[in-house]
Amino acid sequence: MTRRYTEEQIRRFYRQLYRIRRVEEEVARIYPSDKIKSPVHLSIGQEAVSVAVCECLNPDDVVFGSYRSHALYLAKGGDLKTMIAELYGKGTGCGKGKAGSMHLIHLPSRVMGASAVVGTTIPQAVGYAYAVKLRQEPVVVVSFFGDGATEEGVFYESLNFAALKKLPIVFICENNQYAIHTHQSARQAKCNIAERAAVFGMPAETIDDDFFAVLERVGETVDALRKGAAGPFFFECMTYRWKEHVGPDEDYHLGYRTPEEAAPWHARDAVRVLGERVPDAERAKIESDIEREIREAFDFAEQSPWPADSELFEDVFKEGGA
Amino acid sequence: MSRSCSYVDAVREASEQEMARDPSVIVFGLDVDDPKAIQGTTRGLVEKFGEERVFGTPLSEDAMTGVAIGMALAGLRPVHVHIRMDFLMLSMNQLVNMAAKMRYMYGGQVSVPLVVRSMIGKSWGQGAQHSQGLYSFFMHVPGLKVVAPSTPYDAKGCLVAAIRDDNPVLFVEHRILHFQRGPVPEKIYEIRPGRARVVQEGRDVTIVGISYMQLEALRAHYYLADQGVQAEIIDPIWLSPLDIDTIVSSVRKTGRLLVVDNGWTTCGASAEIVARVAEALQDDEPARFRRMGFAHVTCPTAPNLEERFYPNARTIAAAAYDLVQGRASGWLPEPREDLKALEFKGPF
Repeated sequence: MTRRYTEEQIRRFYRQLYRIRRVEEEVARIYPSDKIKSPVHLSIGQEAVSVAVCECLNPDDVVFGSYRSHALYLAKGGDLKTMIAELYGKGTGCGKGKAGSMHLIHLPSRVMGASAVVGTTIPQAVGYAYAVKLRQEPVVVVSFFGDGATEEGVFYESLNFAALKKLPIVFICENNQYAIHTHQSARQAKCNIAERAAVFGMPAETIDDDFFAVLERVGETVDALRKGAAGPFFFECMTYRWKEHVGPDEDYHLGYRTPEEAAPWHARDAVRVLGERVPDAERAKIESDIEREIREAFDFAEQSPWPADSELFEDVFKEGGA
Repeated sequence: MSRSCSYVDAVREASEQEMARDPSVIVFGLDVDDPKAIQGTTRGLVEKFGEERVFGTPLSEDAMTGVAIGMALAGLRPVHVHIRMDFLMLSMNQLVNMAAKMRYMYGGQVSVPLVVRSMIGKSWGQGAQHSQGLYSFFMHVPGLKVVAPSTPYDAKGCLVAAIRDDNPVLFVEHRILHFQRGPVPEKIYEIRPGRARVVQEGRDVTIVGISYMQLEALRAHYYLADQGVQAEIIDPIWLSPLDIDTIVSSVRKTGRLLVVDNGWTTCGASAEIVARVAEALQDDEPARFRRMGFAHVTCPTAPNLEERFYPNARTIAAAAYDLVQGRASGWLPEPREDLKALEFKGPF
């Protein structure tokens, strides 16, 4: 670790990490009750990447994610109450009960809508970055996706165009090594995602499972982009999904991976590592505040009404025009 | 409205006038900035507006469609150009799974003001993958608009309306229609969704011609007039949303409907139009229906096979005549030299 962080920064990092972990643990706890009306792809174990990257961003910076985006949504500032209401399918949800967990969006914090089709938001992030560059706005765009997305043709097409036009975008590949139940080595001829990105002529590197390493490398990159450096940049961030692909449980019983494989990732858990650096009293305060916030968010979702029946036919087209 | 110009010039002028009016409009696609400038439809745009607003792209239809959507989310008004409609198959994920659905699935918070221009080819060996009229795929999906103007006048007005529309619009051109000339006002104007055009009034049979088949339907009208049959010719212009009321009113008058599509009939635009008219007329006198379109095979290249693949003015006239007669009469008009279709001589 090269940089030193203030106690306040450490507290903030821990707060972000712990909040996301606890929100998803609560989602997992409630899930069997069938109150949540949407399949959930939990980020538990992967929070560090989203939090570290988003800590480098300004409110005006824009992020695009995937169906496993609870952590990204919250780390970038997405509203918790409307997120939980959306999972419940309520009319007060961030997508008015039409999105569910896989299509979270929060425009005030510039979390663009997530997609359930692997890789589909990568070119959209690139297009957004093109607009940013065209208008010379001081904005950085970040595209989040998994290792599976790097097998889609659109991934390479998008990297090529972003590099061709030198766009102000950072690609973040959250490599958790599994696409559903299939390991990267069974899907990719060579496990060298960052190398493949580098051949397009952009700086690309792999970062180990280390919150502070992501924070520092991405932070330096975002600073460089703000000072006018030409994009794009690519980071393959190694991480690990603790839960099943979709749903609230662990899945070692399926036999495709073992608790022994997971153990080192659990041992490095950023939530625990950061938590140990926060004094007990402050940590207790952070945690009790978050518990209250979570309770309020779930209460909000419970008490919110379903969308009006008439909502079925709303929002197909936008009326009017330029 | 005295000025006459080509369909190509109408498309080019609509693009240029909208780009001049609104700096958020940008035009891109394979070869839009090359010396041929998409048959001339993008000629001069890069010189006038610069290569950031007008640019050729890598051969990456999937990503470039996603890029266009991302631009639209950021407040631009992209016009993405494809020199053949067949190539749109590479864009289907972004168009169907994303562009069409984003406003709805994000609870009305975003809009995607995107225009996708594409051209259908015909004749001179365009063959299997340069000839397809696949707009019914897009009519099937809520959240997309589809327009297939057949005249230079409508081409300009519809493209202006499409660019100004806050939603994704598939703008369908036809390579043969590019050669059409007609009156086009120099001023800017919109032909918005919602109104089909009765191009020719008649009392005996309603013929709806889609895209290029509008031209053949108009020629068929003259063959039918020689036989004393008055055909009412309708151009739907916008296919989605579709102005079915104008067609229903016409069929209520004529009692007979022939829909001639520039695509296959199965699950196609003609199937949709006939079904909706039939539903609307259930309590009326029974009407008679007929559909025509591509033969249900892949488009061949040999001229004699290609000739049999497409409906033409004479086969349309024969089908309409039989609808009026209420039987298979066997009548087929002798070719009239003045009604011969314009044939394209290549190379592209």
